[in-house]
This record gives sequence, C-alpha cells and structure tokens, in this order.
Amino acid sequence: MRTTNILVDYLARVEGETAFSVKVRNKRVIEAHLNIFEPPRFFEAFLRGRSYHEAPDITARICGICPVAYQMSAVHALEQAFGVHVEGQLRALRRLIYCGEWIESHALHVYLLHAPDFLGYADAMRMARVHPDIVKRGLRIKKAGNALMAFLGGREIHPINVRVGGFYHVPAKKDFAPLLEQLSWGREAACETVRWVARLPFPEFTQEYEFVALRHPDEYPFNEGRLVSNQGLDIAVNEYEDHFLEEQVPYSHALHSRLKERGAYFVGPLARYNLNFERLSPLAQEVAREVGFGPVCRNPFQSIIVRSIEMVYAFDEALRLIEAYEPPEQPFVDLHPRAASGCACTEAPRGILYHRYQIDEQGLIREARIVPPTSQNQKTIEEDLRAYVEQHLDTPKAQLTWRCEQTIRNYDPCISCSTHFLQLHLEQQ
Amino acid sequence: MSTSVLVVGIGNDYRCDDRVGLLVARAVQARKGTHVRVLESDGNCTTLLEAWQETRMVILIDAICAGTTPGQIVRLDVHRQPLPSTYPFASSHALGLAETIELARTLQQLPPKCLIYGIAGKDFSSGETLSPEVSGAIPVVVEQVIREACSAS
Repeated sequence: MRTTNILVDYLARVEGETAFSVKVRNKRVIEAHLNIFEPPRFFEAFLRGRSYHEAPDITARICGICPVAYQMSAVHALEQAFGVHVEGQLRALRRLIYCGEWIESHALHVYLLHAPDFLGYADAMRMARVHPDIVKRGLRIKKAGNALMAFLGGREIHPINVRVGGFYHVPAKKDFAPLLEQLSWGREAACETVRWVARLPFPEFTQEYEFVALRHPDEYPFNEGRLVSNQGLDIAVNEYEDHFLEEQVPYSHALHSRLKERGAYFVGPLARYNLNFERLSPLAQEVAREVGFGPVCRNPFQSIIVRSIEMVYAFDEALRLIEAYEPPEQPFVDLHPRAASGCACTEAPRGILYHRYQIDEQGLIREARIVPPTSQNQKTIEEDLRAYVEQHLDTPKAQLTWRCEQTIRNYDPCISCSTHFLQLHLEQQ
Repeated sequence: MSTSVLVVGIGNDYRCDDRVGLLVARAVQARKGTHVRVLESDGNCTTLLEAWQETRMVILIDAICAGTTPGQIVRLDVHRQPLPSTYPFASSHALGLAETIELARTLQQLPPKCLIYGIAGKDFSSGETLSPEVSGAIPVVVEQVIREACSAS
C-alpha cells in the first residue's frame, strides 16, 4: 500500500481546533473525518439552575464573533415559553443589532479570512502588503458593524443591553445621527465588495445539497420564520427536534447534526440566499444581478460573494430601520415567568442557531439545548472534503491541502462555538 | 479623540493571569496625566487600529505565555523589531495582538512610537486570581509605563 501523508499543523483563519483525515484506496476515498478536538464547553449544563434572565448574557459568551445570535435565540425561546411576542420598534431594534453582527462577522471573514485563499496569500497581513486599500476597506466595514453593535448593545463584543422582553435601554431617534454617515459609506463599500469578490477565481465544485434556512413571509430572515429547505422541509421551529438529530461520532468532540430522514444539510449564507433571494432588498438583488450572480448558488467556494451581498443587505436594512425608528414607550415588554418550555431558531452569520429551554415555576432553567450552526454544517463539510479530494487525487499534495483548508473555510466555521488545527492525513493505496 | 499618549491594557478579567494587562491599565488610569488616555481592551483588531489613530505614542500591556519565568517583563519597541507571527501573546481571537501590530505596520497605521509590555503568565485557567509572580510584576510595569508616558509629554 502506498501511503501519502499530508500534515497541516495549524489551520489559520478559522476559530478553534480540528484535524482532518482522509483515507484513499484504489482511487476511492473510503473515510473522511473532521476531528474537532476543541474541548467540550458544557454551556448547556452551566445554564441549569440559573434564572431565565441570565440566559442571553451567559450564552453570548459562547462566541465573541456572533454573541448577538446567541442572545437573540435565547430571548426568543424564552419569550415563546412565557407567551410573549415582542413586536414593533423593539423587534426592529433586534433586527438592527443583528445587522451589526452580520456586518462585522461577514467583513472579518470576507476580507481577512477567506479572500487570501483566492488571491494566494497565506494571511491577511501578506495580502495587505499588495492590496492595502482593499484591506483598509474591509477593516472600515467591520468597524461600522462593530459601531452598530456597540451603539445598541453597549459594547462590541458580548453586548450587555439585550434582555428577555427587549432591551435595558433604547436609543432616542437623534442618537442614531453619528452612525448614519458610517452606514451609508458602508452600504456603498459593501456594493464595491460584491464587485470585487465576484471577479475572484473560483474552482468548479458543487454537490446535491439540502439547504436549510429560516423563511419569513416578508423579510430576509434574522429572528423569525419557518424552517424550510430546497428538498421540501417546511416546518415550524418548534418541530425542529422532530426532524433534526444530533449524534456523537467517535472521532470528534462536537456533535454531528443531521436531518433524520436525509442526513447532511447545509446552513448559512448560501442556504439563506438560495431560499430567500426575493426577500433581499432591491439594492442587494440589483448588485447580485449586476455581477451576473443568479438567485441560486450551489458552489460553496462562492459563499464569499453571498456573504458580501448579505453585507449590502445588512447595511441597507440597518439604514431603513433607522429611518423608520420611533422610540418605543418602554424598552422591554413585561413578562411573567412560568413553568414552560420554549424554543427558537435565529439566523447567526453562519446559519441557524437553535435554542430550547425548560423553565420551572421559579423561572429557573431546568434544561437547555443549544445547536450551533457549525455543528449542523459538519457533515456537509466532511462530504465536501471527501468529494473534493476524490475529484482531485492527481493534484499535487500542497495544492490539495490548500484546497482542503479552503473547503473548510467556505463554511466560516466557528469551532469555539464548536477550530485552529487542521491535520490532513491522506492515506493512499 | 486625539491625545499624545494612549495606554492600552489587554486581557480577560476571568482568565487569571490574562487579566494582568487590564490591572496595569487601571493602576495607570488612577495616576495618569491629562495627556494620557487609558483604554481597556479584549484585543479586538479594529478597535485597536481605531483607538491609536492620531496618537503619538501607544503603550500596550498584555500577558504572554512564552514558557519563560512567570512574572518576567518583556519590553518591545515595535518600530525597532518585527514581532514574530507566533509571538505568544495570550489570545483566542482570530487576529491576535501580533497580527494586529503587523497589519497596522503594513497599512502604515502604527503610531510614531509603539511599545509593548508583555508579562509572562503562568495560569490562564478560569478565575480571577493572579499568580503571585505576575501580581508582583504589576507595580514595576506601572512605574515604567508612567515614566515612558511622561517622557513623551
């Protein structure tokens, strides 16, 4: 048996720790494993016995890049448990803070983590030597997203202003004034980003994916909607556990999520875009068409284009929400905790994030369940790696390794929500 | 905001020795002159790049895990020496302090004077208690930072 080993000790530009191994015999991949060895973090256990009102702040600590997603899924799940529905301007402010998170998270990934893959740079620092103005633009876009999060959330990372029922403090209309110029610039810069990334060289690659995302009757989804897929799934969020299953695999600390009936599925920007294109703002649709990008994309390498279009949308939506803003009478809706359970899915930058809580009569959390987007994408990432390696067995080892890393980064995985090490072990006969 | 000197303490209050930069910043804050601005930071790249714009001098204080003697103080003049990409500042972020510094250097966004005080930590587990060796380094670093900040005025 001829054995080839490809080892990458440190997969840069993702968060967390993982290894990847593929075994090839007779030009067939017989095993492809993504081995996440980041230690388990036990957040669901930490939550037990804590008051319901602590859930948004505790779960925000799961991730420094997408804390708003954790806060939003937590508050929606708990409000469902208590029979409260937050509407009007409080609901609008939730969309607005989510816009800030999408912008900062997508700008980080598009400019500093993913773009170097397509341009042949090991990292953003090397890319900045040749393309300083592009990197400066990316940093300025990210800053605009951070500013929005800090404005509404009290600080950029792990915001402290979100509570079950609404916010601790809401801004006056005039308070938005310092943000407007930054957001207007950001919207145009995001359009330029789409034009730039659309010209990058993309490998031809696609599979028969089942895309899963929220779908709302009127809006591109952040906080609400039904869970739908391109293969017929159309369920309310409280049916999630009837259709999705998490299971342990022997080689990874992270649970693998799958659709009970069909297996691997795909969440994140591509899924949202493919299932909600017509819900994008006219400007976001127009920029997509301008660069010749259709309403459906099945090539995960092109997720960088979709993230950029979503940035256009997030800036556009933020400006629309600010223009329509009138301060609510009170910053939160009164609610009365009761023994109940509730669940919610919201659209984190990387895809759907599911929370479910069981609350007792004192308002204490008895059970919590959290399914982050990266754990939902793991099976699909493995299937992409398997397919890509099988289609490119004659590719030189270094190039194949690069593409494997890129294949993982297509999903913007956040392994701390669920990765920094990639160890690619390619065994060939 | 334009000030001549910016002191930035970087760290996490809940990861034992990783909080040392924040504690130094708080001590400097209590004694600083009017030309000095003090900032506490979790090391976010864009925040740092923004914060030191229009300053003449920035002094960054962070814990390091270099395998050296706990409490050891390392002073780096960023304009005199590049930071190795693997320089072991404690960070779990996508872009750590070393990457932020090198990115700023590439983009010509470093202040004219940029110093880093690294304090070697021993315990980066969850908690708020500093190792005695690290705790002992705080007054020394505070005095040095104040002296350097004053010399820039």
